[in-house]
Amino acid sequence: MKIDFEHRQAAHCESGVTSNLLWNASGGKITEPLAFGIGAGLFFAYIPLIKINNGPAIAFRTMPGHIFNRTCKSLNIPVARKKFSSKEKAQVFLDDCLNNGHAVGCQVGVYYLPYFPKEYRFHFNAHNLIVYGKEGDNYLVSDPIMEGTNILDSYQLERVRFAKGALSPKGHIYYPKENKDITDDQIKQAIKSGIKKNVYNMLSIPGSFAGISGIKNTGLKIKKWRDKLGIEKSKLYLAQMVRMQEEIGTGGGGFRYIYGAFLQEADVYLPGNQLTGISSIFTKAGDMWRTAAVHAAGIYKGRIGSQEDFNTMGDYLLEIAAVERAAFETLKKIKWQ
Amino acid sequence: MKKDDVPQDLSSLGKITKEVCYATDRNGKYVTELSSGWDVKITALDTAWGDIEKRIAAAKQQVIDGRASPLLFFIEYRLMDIAILAGYTGFWKWQIKRHLNPGVFNNLPDNKLQKYAEAFNIKVEDLKTMTVHED
Repeated sequence: MKIDFEHRQAAHCESGVTSNLLWNASGGKITEPLAFGIGAGLFFAYIPLIKINNGPAIAFRTMPGHIFNRTCKSLNIPVARKKFSSKEKAQVFLDDCLNNGHAVGCQVGVYYLPYFPKEYRFHFNAHNLIVYGKEGDNYLVSDPIMEGTNILDSYQLERVRFAKGALSPKGHIYYPKENKDITDDQIKQAIKSGIKKNVYNMLSIPGSFAGISGIKNTGLKIKKWRDKLGIEKSKLYLAQMVRMQEEIGTGGGGFRYIYGAFLQEADVYLPGNQLTGISSIFTKAGDMWRTAAVHAAGIYKGRIGSQEDFNTMGDYLLEIAAVERAAFETLKKIKWQ
Repeated sequence: MKKDDVPQDLSSLGKITKEVCYATDRNGKYVTELSSGWDVKITALDTAWGDIEKRIAAAKQQVIDGRASPLLFFIEYRLMDIAILAGYTGFWKWQIKRHLNPGVFNNLPDNKLQKYAEAFNIKVEDLKTMTVHED
């Protein structure tokens, strides 16, 4: 059986899944950047205590699951979601959803995802895809980061839905319960609340691991990496940071470009608030992240690597922190027109 | 980033799918553009894999020297750690640590070996002999 669903490629898996699942309900209005911004997707966090692939956890986006949740909540769309302890029950539930005509979002691990190239398969469990039909033992899969659709047999799908390790999906499945109409007024309110939440996340989370203070703190730490970790480990850490920042799913520039696109689209709904102007600051921030990545690549390729080079690397992040702070302070002060 | 600056260096992913990037056009308006990869990312991934290859080689040597069971090799080969392996097999972490001892591993019954083989997506025979087939 097959559901009326059109695959659209996106930059980021979760905002892509969100946008695609809401496509019919919103008449195509909830684009990927809008989902990302309404879902307050932009973030930064540096958590050395959590190790991913033997390096520190560095995130440029919000916690997995938050974008879909926030977007639906802000737009007043009821959400169905479920996790499972039994693989059999998870499959029955999925089949029932499909039989009832629901395309559904699934959280999966990428390690055993067969259509990913081997080089990209790590034990990363916060990937998202849409299942939109079943033919025999094969499920029809729309993975937003892929150009085309894919097919997984029931064993392959079960394996990725029950991937193990950090953030294990436990068969996590979610979808909008009804195709409610979404009005422009709702979108306007949702944009405002998404920006407000993102301002809070970047400016006001206590401690120095998250938001702008997280970027600044990471910049200061990088300057000490060479002495503290040694050059080889520092290279691995920098490569890890660049991957989290630029790899597939980010839209480039550590999600800053998607956020810039969001503010431009938001400006159409809420004109007179200088959102396009603020968008260009995020474009600049994204460009700065990429310049920093080129410098980091010089270090992990071994072309450069003096203490001076690590100081420059740290300074890039300090400059970025200043630019992003100014951008979010401006967003915070908006008196909505 | 300007649309014309979206990098097109062919990555291993680029052979399978291009990825969506957000970039600005001549008028500063955001549009999407497909990228087949970026050299900076390709070398970042290469750096990570270089480290993984080293870890796999070191684990293999430890098994050959009789200081660890083949589990250690496959944990590294499958980019796992003991916690992930515990998740896939249902064993406790302390049990897996015990099974890393070659003496203990060699006396494991087939049903336990089968659980490990399934977690690593290999055959029991290959698990014992540390044989890998490209997949």
